[in-house]
Amino acid sequence: MSNPTKLIPTPGQTVGPFYGYALPYEKDRELLAPGSPGSIRLQGTVYDGAGHAIPDAILEIWQPDSEGNIVQQTGSLVRDGYTFTGFGRSAVGNSGVYTFTTVNPGPTKPGAAAFISVAVFARGLMNRLFTRIYLPEDQEALAADPLLSSLDPERRQTLIARRDADGGLTWDVRLQGEGETVFLNFEAGPAFEGAAAGGAAQ
Amino acid sequence: MPQETNAQLETDELVPAAEPKAGHAPLDRAVETQADLTAEINALGDAYARALKDGAPAETQPRLDYAPYRSSILRHPTKSLHHADPETIELYSPAFGHQDVHALESDLTIQHNGEPQGERIIVAGRVLDGDGRPVAGQLVEIWQANSSGRYIHKRDQHPAPLDPNFTGVGRCITGADGSYSFTTIKPGAYPWKNHLNAWRPAHIHFSLFGREFTQRIVTQMYFPGDQLFPLDPIYQSIVDQDARDRLVASYDHDLTQPEWALGYKWDIVLTGSKRTWTENEALGTAGDDSE
Repeated sequence: MSNPTKLIPTPGQTVGPFYGYALPYEKDRELLAPGSPGSIRLQGTVYDGAGHAIPDAILEIWQPDSEGNIVQQTGSLVRDGYTFTGFGRSAVGNSGVYTFTTVNPGPTKPGAAAFISVAVFARGLMNRLFTRIYLPEDQEALAADPLLSSLDPERRQTLIARRDADGGLTWDVRLQGEGETVFLNFEAGPAFEGAAAGGAAQ
Repeated sequence: MPQETNAQLETDELVPAAEPKAGHAPLDRAVETQADLTAEINALGDAYARALKDGAPAETQPRLDYAPYRSSILRHPTKSLHHADPETIELYSPAFGHQDVHALESDLTIQHNGEPQGERIIVAGRVLDGDGRPVAGQLVEIWQANSSGRYIHKRDQHPAPLDPNFTGVGRCITGADGSYSFTTIKPGAYPWKNHLNAWRPAHIHFSLFGREFTQRIVTQMYFPGDQLFPLDPIYQSIVDQDARDRLVASYDHDLTQPEWALGYKWDIVLTGSKRTWTENEALGTAGDDSE
């Protein structure tokens, strides 16, 4: 049906403190088996505005495979151990650290900056936040990226992961304050997330 | 798998480990009363109503910065969300299928040997995108307290009984028309430590995926006519009454099944699509026309 209807989206709400017996599932953070060829560790810590690691956040990642293909295979919840689906979920532990086993995403177009899409949920966080994790290596692609080039250099850095000595990636989330992570609004118009950003729409 | 959580939780929001019936005693940090909180909630609501009257746009989402929910104070970004055009991976969603979710996972009343205590209900509706198209074949996850207002989560120390026949977790995959349906038990109201004598209205947590990752949301569904609505800082963090109403299910006698369960209907709308759909995608399994 050609449908001109524009419906107003249902509001989000906090994930609350009790997602821990519902959202996590077996191998939720293992997009590949740890130690398998090409696998890397992606990890980081989630901090609040006082600089404290928070123990009750949960992150989701969604990414292309190492060739830059967007995978449309089922099996993210019940993993067969072989199929890379591109989706993972990791609750942080007591020290605020999340961990994924995944691959370096490939660029989805030649010359594009490769990134992982992220959704952040936490107790005390009223609505989920979207952001991105960019790979640090391809300076030319990073410089040409439309999102990164629209940010101040300091803020831009919050979206770029560090490469670890073991080949993995480290990327922290700072919900508030110094080094606050850049969070994204994909909706056009001020009335949507604009108002949600601190109620400071005006 | 239940994840470990930190002891910080106990001092923040949760009712502490307590002897049964000790819950009514004043709690250590929670010297703020409901009257204090209600005054704050009303002041923010009144300011919004004035702004709306002066031509400000309606707010359709919760405020990230909403101080009456005390745990949000250090957890909301202070900078405006940065506008970005979604690209590539963000314009697609993970694919979920019947490999991922068994059909019986949508019935929360049959997960144990016996029947759970409480009022059996059916919660059903459709998941649509902002353009009114059904969101077919996507994952819906729910979790909730039992009929006495207790979560099975081990950090929930509310001295209300656990129900050995109720876990409170369900999943389903939406049908071709975006439909979902869960059979469950009506959850009880739940006390927490935001302030003295703080109670959450009965609610079911919902987690939803759309056809694009930008449509991902986690939210809570409420029941009509709950007396706790004006008192609850989480529900009231959505300052617009019309927007708040979108989280409240309606009683639906057509969904009610004779001598079995009461029916509640709740439709969920995700944000609009940002992707140009190919004809096949737009056709979908529902056989809709392309745009």
